[in-house]
Amino acid sequence: MMRAVEVKAAALLAWGLALGINPAQAQFGQEAEAPSISGNVAILWQSYAEDSLIGAVVPPAQTGYNAFANLRYNQGNFSAGVRYESYLNALLGFPGRFKGSGLGYRFARYADPDKGVDVTVGNFYDQFGSGLVFRSYEERLLGIDNAMDGFRVILKPLDGIQVKLIYGKQRFDFEDGLVNGPGVVRAVDLESDLNALLAGWAEKKTKVSLGGSFVSKFQPGTSFNVDSLVLAMPQNVGSWSARLNLLRKGWTAGVEYAGKINDPSADNGFTYRNGEAFLATLGYSQKGLGVLLTAKMVDNMSYRSDRDLRLFDLPINYIPAVTQQHTYNLAATLYPYATVITGETSASAEVFYTIPKGSRLGGKYGTKLSASFAAANSLDTTHYASDQVESVIYGYERNSWGPGDELYVRDFNFTASRKLNKTWKVKYAFYHFDFNTLTTPVTTDYKGIVNANIHVLETQWKVKPKQSLRTEFQGLWVGEDAEHPGDLQDKGHWATVLAEYTWSPHWFASVLDQYNFGNNDPEKRVHYVYAAAGYINGPHRLSLGYGKRREGIFCVGGVCRAVPASNGFEMTFTSSF
Amino acid sequence: MNMKTPLKMLAVAMLSAFSAHSQTLPNVSLKDIEGNAVETASLVQEEGPTVFCFWATWCSPCKRELNNYAELYEDWVDETGVKIVAVSIDDQRSVNRVAPYVNSVGWEYEILLDPNRDFARALNVQNVPHTFVVDGEGNVVWSHNNYADGDEFELYEELLKLAE
Repeated sequence: MMRAVEVKAAALLAWGLALGINPAQAQFGQEAEAPSISGNVAILWQSYAEDSLIGAVVPPAQTGYNAFANLRYNQGNFSAGVRYESYLNALLGFPGRFKGSGLGYRFARYADPDKGVDVTVGNFYDQFGSGLVFRSYEERLLGIDNAMDGFRVILKPLDGIQVKLIYGKQRFDFEDGLVNGPGVVRAVDLESDLNALLAGWAEKKTKVSLGGSFVSKFQPGTSFNVDSLVLAMPQNVGSWSARLNLLRKGWTAGVEYAGKINDPSADNGFTYRNGEAFLATLGYSQKGLGVLLTAKMVDNMSYRSDRDLRLFDLPINYIPAVTQQHTYNLAATLYPYATVITGETSASAEVFYTIPKGSRLGGKYGTKLSASFAAANSLDTTHYASDQVESVIYGYERNSWGPGDELYVRDFNFTASRKLNKTWKVKYAFYHFDFNTLTTPVTTDYKGIVNANIHVLETQWKVKPKQSLRTEFQGLWVGEDAEHPGDLQDKGHWATVLAEYTWSPHWFASVLDQYNFGNNDPEKRVHYVYAAAGYINGPHRLSLGYGKRREGIFCVGGVCRAVPASNGFEMTFTSSF
Repeated sequence: MNMKTPLKMLAVAMLSAFSAHSQTLPNVSLKDIEGNAVETASLVQEEGPTVFCFWATWCSPCKRELNNYAELYEDWVDETGVKIVAVSIDDQRSVNRVAPYVNSVGWEYEILLDPNRDFARALNVQNVPHTFVVDGEGNVVWSHNNYADGDEFELYEELLKLAE
């Protein structure tokens, strides 16, 4: 069953396409631009076998199947597209409520850069500034998608001025088609590039841009009672932000401040504090060297188009984590940090340096180094006494923007990589994490601070010009469990070995073994072996895998989702045309 | 109205529009790492091939690809007149790391930032690395969604074909 609104949208799209396609109908004798059609397909299939030792279960359908196909039509300034999606049934780790097949995304757009007009009808993704008050985006491999569904108008009335106007609902679910959430999101953003706007600024060495946003959400709501208090539910909640970015000869600086009025929600325990967030970055780079400093404070900034939801559902804004997205298996998937959006103070510093080639230390090809440190703590707050009315209404008050007592995360890491000669490359990485699993619940086995050290050695051997063997040896060692002397924290120590052989440009094969050799329970000292092979031909890619996947956190880009343990076959096909 | 009707209309509209035409490079407005607004179509060279490489700071094979090309880039420019544009899809979590990383490793490419993935979506990019070769008329003539050491030989052959 397709919803009426989708039927209308699809019909509208077809109509738009029909209007746009015939070059003979080009108006006023102008030569019409040639139309083009492009798209892509992704199919993910997995079979499940039971393995009680690792906690792998078999869902009733026994297999999981997610598929996506985008079709995109372009002609001159006009474009339109649809995405057809299938969840038959959804792979484990995806939101299990995604069901059936249908259109999950459709849009039509007219953009004329010369006249500064850009109009989108239907679904779209967008972001204001750094996203503190508005970001709609997708991470399809994680099932995360809060696409807007409505109208967007982008106008550039003057050189150096851009206005965005947005009205719509947000994607929430999929049931034989797109299902939007209940709230309405209305937003406006103004951005100005002063060097283009102001006479005489074009030649200035310092580049300045300013921006400001206002976002409002509407969701019906009724008053509710806490003890003897009757509390009105705000139905319209506004948020705003202002930002400034400066750039000069290798230096960059940016600040953004965001505020939000009272917004009782499941995230903040239905309290009435206003929200605030502050983000600042300072960067410097020149050939061979790069430095980046960031500071971020977040106080009660959960902002959703459904106040009753949590986690990945219907966020309007996006507050990135202060730590890096690591790439090596053990560093990336056991203890990945995510911003505590209800309140956090954090900072990070990162340095990249290349020891020049030909120097005594740098060797023939140079040596790349990087080091970074990130830290996040709770906010510095005082909770109201539980017998005070303020406790019910506001929960706490903030004493300062400085860090509070509770540690959320420390992440120090260092990498060095070097090409030794024409056939060998080597890279070493070290990580130290102090990770609070109470505030970022990445594990159910341990509540407290995990102290982990990780060493990684990666080598690459070019066997022939088009063949190479890459290996990774990784080890993760955790500290002792303070409450159970003699035991190790969480799941204990881990080791990972990866070997990957590639035949350019078409074939690859790999074997991965994750071994939980330090688990407190000897029964659970399991090898998770996973083998995969694949074929690539230009934009088409097929891969097959078989083995055990451990329960853990799967991250793409900056976002992570927990996936359950599994045991079975996997097939992935992606293609674009 | 049942669901078949609009889908059928759509299919008919799309099929009737189809001509054996390779995709032209979509024009999307992005920013480079110096903060300048850049129209992607304006980067296509009339003489010599233009290569667009989608990458991210958190993607190891992407960095391997672009670091390997960097060693060959000067020779490629001399022989084929190629220009490489590296398009970062880093989002807000890591977009500020792009300039420090790129400068520290000394890439000579043009660097674009696509944090909202507008350009990636317009080119149907699903994951990175994804590399596109564009001819002087702005047609996408070759693409490859992967990087393994040695892939530069295939790319180089494509560049030579366009340089003829």
